[in-house]
Amino acid sequence: MLFTVLTGLITSSLLVPFGKFIRTKGSIILPFIPVLLFLFYVLHIPSVAVGTNFTQNIPWVPSLGANLDFRLDGLSLLFALLITGIGSAIFIYARSYLKGHPYFDRFFAYLLLFMSAMLGLVLSNNILILFVFWELTSISSFFLIGFNNDNSDSRKSALTALSITGLGGFFLLAGLIILGNISGTFIISELFSKRELILAHPLAPLATILLFVGAFTKSAQFPFHFWLPGAMKAPTPVSAYLHSATMVKAGIYLLARFTPILGGTDLWSYTLIIVGGFTMLYAAIHSLFRTDLKAILAYSTISALGILTFLLGLGSTEAIIAASVFIVVHALYKATLFMTTGIIDHEAHTRDISVLAGLRQVMLPVFIAGLLAALSSAGLPLTFGFIGKDLIYDAGLNQKDNLTTLWTSLAVLTNVCLVAAGFMAGIKPFVGQLPDTFSKIKLPSLALWLPPLTLAILGIFFGLFPHIAGEYLSQQTTNSILGYNTTVNLKIWHGFNTVLLLSVLTLVLGSIIYIFNKPSALKLARIERFNYLSPEFLTKKIGSAITQFSCWYTALIHDGYLRSYHFKIIIFAELLLGYKLWISGPINLDFNALTPLSWYEVGIIIMLIGALYIIVSTKSRLTSVVASSVIGYCISLLFVVYSAPDLALTQFTIDTLTTVLFVLVLYKLPAFLKLASNRILIRDAIVALGFGTILSLITLKILYEPNTIETSNFYGNNAYLLAKGKNVVNIILVDFRGIDTLFETVVLAVAALGVYSLIRLRMKASEKE
Amino acid sequence: MKSPILQTATRYLLPILLLFSVFLLLRGHYYPGGGFVGGLVASIAFVLHSFANGTADTLKILRYQPISFIPIGLSLLVLSTVAPLLGGLPPMTALWFEQPVPVIGMIGSALFFDIGVYLVVIGVILTILFTIALD
Amino acid sequence: MELLLTLVLGLLYAAGVYLILRRSMVKLLLGIMLLGNGTNLLIFLLGKLVKGQPPVMDESVSVFKDIYADPIPQALILTAIVISFGITSFAIVLLKRVYALVDSDDLDDLNTPEEEEEDL
Repeated sequence: MLFTVLTGLITSSLLVPFGKFIRTKGSIILPFIPVLLFLFYVLHIPSVAVGTNFTQNIPWVPSLGANLDFRLDGLSLLFALLITGIGSAIFIYARSYLKGHPYFDRFFAYLLLFMSAMLGLVLSNNILILFVFWELTSISSFFLIGFNNDNSDSRKSALTALSITGLGGFFLLAGLIILGNISGTFIISELFSKRELILAHPLAPLATILLFVGAFTKSAQFPFHFWLPGAMKAPTPVSAYLHSATMVKAGIYLLARFTPILGGTDLWSYTLIIVGGFTMLYAAIHSLFRTDLKAILAYSTISALGILTFLLGLGSTEAIIAASVFIVVHALYKATLFMTTGIIDHEAHTRDISVLAGLRQVMLPVFIAGLLAALSSAGLPLTFGFIGKDLIYDAGLNQKDNLTTLWTSLAVLTNVCLVAAGFMAGIKPFVGQLPDTFSKIKLPSLALWLPPLTLAILGIFFGLFPHIAGEYLSQQTTNSILGYNTTVNLKIWHGFNTVLLLSVLTLVLGSIIYIFNKPSALKLARIERFNYLSPEFLTKKIGSAITQFSCWYTALIHDGYLRSYHFKIIIFAELLLGYKLWISGPINLDFNALTPLSWYEVGIIIMLIGALYIIVSTKSRLTSVVASSVIGYCISLLFVVYSAPDLALTQFTIDTLTTVLFVLVLYKLPAFLKLASNRILIRDAIVALGFGTILSLITLKILYEPNTIETSNFYGNNAYLLAKGKNVVNIILVDFRGIDTLFETVVLAVAALGVYSLIRLRMKASEKE
Repeated sequence: MKSPILQTATRYLLPILLLFSVFLLLRGHYYPGGGFVGGLVASIAFVLHSFANGTADTLKILRYQPISFIPIGLSLLVLSTVAPLLGGLPPMTALWFEQPVPVIGMIGSALFFDIGVYLVVIGVILTILFTIALD
Repeated sequence: MELLLTLVLGLLYAAGVYLILRRSMVKLLLGIMLLGNGTNLLIFLLGKLVKGQPPVMDESVSVFKDIYADPIPQALILTAIVISFGITSFAIVLLKRVYALVDSDDLDDLNTPEEEEEDL
């Protein structure tokens, strides 16, 4: 399984160096990658269908419990098939769709990266790895959504998507880590058996909520849903892939995966029911008012995700079966509708359904695909959507609490809207009178219309032979989600019952809405008046408030004057150090331990202080340089007195050279100007003296701490024994810590080269002038 | 700044200071001194000479551009660091010749390391000062 | 003596800070050098003051018999002195170039007009 994940990652990185080849002749190999991966997983269907699970463990960071553990069970297989299967269709489609695009190779690199990330996500058996892939999907989808990077809207949408999903990932990580800590394992299959232990822990609700935030952001649940319509700025193949089967389903996958571990509690069920229920209805109603085909699809996608969340919240066997079927139903028809939309956009250069009409006359196969998908989405009998919708109603009616009516009516209302939305997206552009502007449109190439048609036909095929889907896909998926075995028996006909009645009702009402609802820019504008209540608006407000605050804050701190930066840093350091000094207690001075004073030391120090006074008060540059060298010599003398001959020698010579250097450069410069008022000078003097005092006090404090001299003693005792030298300082420099010295000389060399090039550079620049 | 007294003095000071710097370099292992100090004293000797006679004259005495001392010194440093690898020892292991050499004393890889430092220091300081002086 | 040295250390730091708060580039540079000297002194003090016992062995012995000055701070300071020379020289040359370019050693003259407009 690892190789299936790696295939995409590796080929993705290979696309960069071979970009030109891929753009031209090599593009034919691209679709083979997902197709082969798809076949690989198809071959696993028979064994998984009888309940076999495949695992693969590769140590990665064993000490942290982060290993490349993969596991293929029913749920993972279903998702792997969707990712690679829909992926194959998308790859074929996109190769044609983006033909000749200058970033063709880059696009497929992102797409492959994304596909691998999704595969890794659904196959991971280790929550840390799962998180890594989770983030990888966020990042790669960021590139995909922002693919038209010369468009500022596109960039903004990509950033919104990344911020929202990235934020969710952050919460998810916290949740996963809590989960891992409670249970003591990061391996998902081991978590199943620790359900009681986890749920009994007081942190379990917190972990659940954190997990929810992760899943809701990714799967665009209210109030995090708004990134998804924005993400429609991506090229249509990306939307088709991300929003039908992959990216947004990752949150659903996460919820499904953790249902056997955390599911069943009131917190779990009611949160999911309420959030999912609200999202599905809210988005379904919204979808009716859109005029942009992709916007309709975006909202109906959010609604479908809401349905899935809702079903996972209901949690009954019926609901889980419904969810596992509806995932496939939705993936098939939504990918198709997105692809037909893409074709329309590609050929007619508009996605406005109030303009589009009659396109069946110029692109019949596309119409058939759209029609079939719309029918499946509407849940007409003999489509797979019919079975999915029946199961949803079934789940609502059979919910074991006294709110069945509410749940069922919620589902019916949502579906009524979705029927209309599906018709609007899949049928409306194709029927009616063909406007003259579109009459010259030709049928696009086979590679564009065959993938959606195939998926649409597949939706009908599963509708005609539901037991195939039931036996090979839904059965084990349901088992994985439920955590126990049940039998899934999908039937084409349930007989005359309430469910059928509701289905018919849904269809009729949906068709009525479709016929009478004429979305227009005017209506849309009326809806958008309420935008200030929407989470998107609030988020943007918060975002701009943060930006404003940082602008203000930056302007406050960052005024462009070096000395004021210094001033702030010093003040801050003073406060910090002063506080630390204050709480660390009094200084214990032991006057007996002090070294005695002699007159020449006092002399040196007086000289030093005098030079310091001169250096801060002088107006002459030369005087200040001389004073600075006096300070250096005084310190060198101090080194002589206190047993550091090497230091004294070095300080002395360096000081001489520095002075020479200063004089060489500075003798041309004019005298210092007085650039600050007396008030500022006094203020600075106080700050400076404060800093000096604090450092003096700290030094005094450290001075009377017992110091550790093991290392010094080691060097002292072994200088001759190990390094055959008697000057310990030199031994440390050239032997014990020789590598440090080596790099120190490198630093010196770099400084010299810097000086050399600075001067030479200027010569060249002046030559140019 | 071309005073005859200084010119005459530096004529004798240069070799003496250079000798002193080599002395500091070689005895660094046993007494105060070493590559850094030695290199600094040698640089001061040249700087003094350049003050008296002009930088161009000093460069003539040096024969090579001071910047070329840097790579030589650095290679010496690296060589003495990695030399023990040839003998299968970890890098930086001190290697010593069996017999002491007259005047210099014991010769080991540490000495070559010190010589490397010495050369780099001379190279760096003379490069910096002479580039500025010539500018 | 330690008390006096800590006083000197504090003054070195104070003078250094005072100088880096000035507008002149030369003062800034001198300030940085003073701060470096102060830090060297601080490190030196941490190793305890010992008079007349450098960390160099007598010719006759191969292990220290007496108390001796802590060699580690000395090695650290030696490195610091040499490195600070490299930095100082680089800074001086930078200063020289800036001076040649803007004909001033006032740091505020380095802010280009456009930048100041942006600040407003």
